[in-house]
Amino acid sequence: MDKLVLEKVRKEVSGQVLLQDISFAVPQGRVLAILGPSGAGKSTLLALLNRLEEPTAGTIYLDGTDIRRLDVLLLRRRVGMVFQHPTLFPGTVTANIAYGPSLRGEKPAQPVVEYLREVGLPQEFAARDAQSLSGGEEQRVALARALANEPEVLLLDEPTAALDKTAARQVEELITYICRHRGLTVVWVTHDLQQAQRVSDRVVLIIGGRKIEEGDTAGFFCSPQTEAGRAFLAGRLAEIGREVN
Amino acid sequence: MSYLSLTLSLSFVGLAVLISLWQRLKLERDLLIGTVRAFIQLTAVGYVLKFIFGLADWPYIALMLGVMVLVAGQNAARRAEGLPGAFPLATLAIAVAETITLGMLVGLGIIPFTPQYVIPISGMIIGNAMVASGLTLNRLRAEIAAQRAAILATLALGGTSRQAAEPALKAAVKAGMIPTVDSMKTVGLVQLPGMMTGQIIAGISPVEAVKYQILVQFMLSASVGITSMLVALFGYRLFFTSAHQLRLPSTHPSR
Repeated sequence: MDKLVLEKVRKEVSGQVLLQDISFAVPQGRVLAILGPSGAGKSTLLALLNRLEEPTAGTIYLDGTDIRRLDVLLLRRRVGMVFQHPTLFPGTVTANIAYGPSLRGEKPAQPVVEYLREVGLPQEFAARDAQSLSGGEEQRVALARALANEPEVLLLDEPTAALDKTAARQVEELITYICRHRGLTVVWVTHDLQQAQRVSDRVVLIIGGRKIEEGDTAGFFCSPQTEAGRAFLAGRLAEIGREVN
Repeated sequence: MSYLSLTLSLSFVGLAVLISLWQRLKLERDLLIGTVRAFIQLTAVGYVLKFIFGLADWPYIALMLGVMVLVAGQNAARRAEGLPGAFPLATLAIAVAETITLGMLVGLGIIPFTPQYVIPISGMIIGNAMVASGLTLNRLRAEIAAQRAAILATLALGGTSRQAAEPALKAAVKAGMIPTVDSMKTVGLVQLPGMMTGQIIAGISPVEAVKYQILVQFMLSASVGITSMLVALFGYRLFFTSAHQLRLPSTHPSR
């Protein structure tokens, strides 16, 4: 069963085409990595999935329903998002984690310490000032904040790109574990080939706003189907630019 | 004042032009344009006011106030250049502030509804509301751009645009009201307001002039508060779609 389906999704901003006729599906409970060089349109594509942005054309389905037919605020609770920069709100860690539910006057489904435990932080963190955390800790809190909405889908926009190598690896493993454990469907934007290889079941390669390849992660990394795909894997970015443009 | 002494006052402008030439500020053109415009506008207003005072009919007063509000709205919208919808928003906010404030002044019997009172006092209300709505719009735009990441984070968690814009909204209302609040604190110590000064020069007792100035100061805090709040409360919507999507207007200002 496909959790998310994109059909001929196109995005233009003031006449400039950012995404061209992108179609793919994300099976329930799987991790799909969106790969591509910077400026390829990966983050734009991700923002269409929880309607932070509106596609110019095409349709996106969540559980078979056109997402435009869903209440947008409810959609964003079902489809959580973690950004490259955590952007915690002023206040305590607890206030941050409880923020999503508090926006509609509710409490999180579980006590805050449960979410802390889930993201590998000790319960003493609950009372800490959100501005006093390290980068890795901040990103864990941002993840807990997204989880407190109890989402079905998680959109990850380069969630480890701003972290140092050790923290990046820890957060990556944590996210992977949580998503498998919770059975979340994940769309993970990354420009890091090794990361995509480690975390994903499927890969979509986007270059210059176009889908170049789509396939099983193992298959894609063993034998890419296109010349642009081979060039991207080999790190020959200059050639890709020539081929696509 | 004789016309001769008024003409001689041009030498002040001459002095400013000389400074501009000397320091190569290139302000001569603007100074000359400003001088001519100030002369023409003020003279015209003098005659218009004289005419309206003579008529003393409420439709003429209303017409005059309407023109003042429109010009003020247009001026305030210029501060938020490139933001579509800024003009009707600022105009409406200023109109509401003027209506409420003037309505209270007249309704409570503080001033009579005659042009001699209504028009100069409205000029102050509208002028201050204009500055306040310009400041509010400008600050709102800057805050929303600066807080983009936090706004997106709130929206992504299922927050409404209003919830996402709340901190920017508060900062913008504050920015619009601060000059008036600050001037309330220093009035009389640092600056003697123009109206009071004018009344004293025209021979009214300083104590009497002060009474009016206090009234003006209080009334301005109300009108500025109303304007800033309305502009922020409705203005943040210009930055979002109905589906709670952030929509930053293009960065290059329109001309």
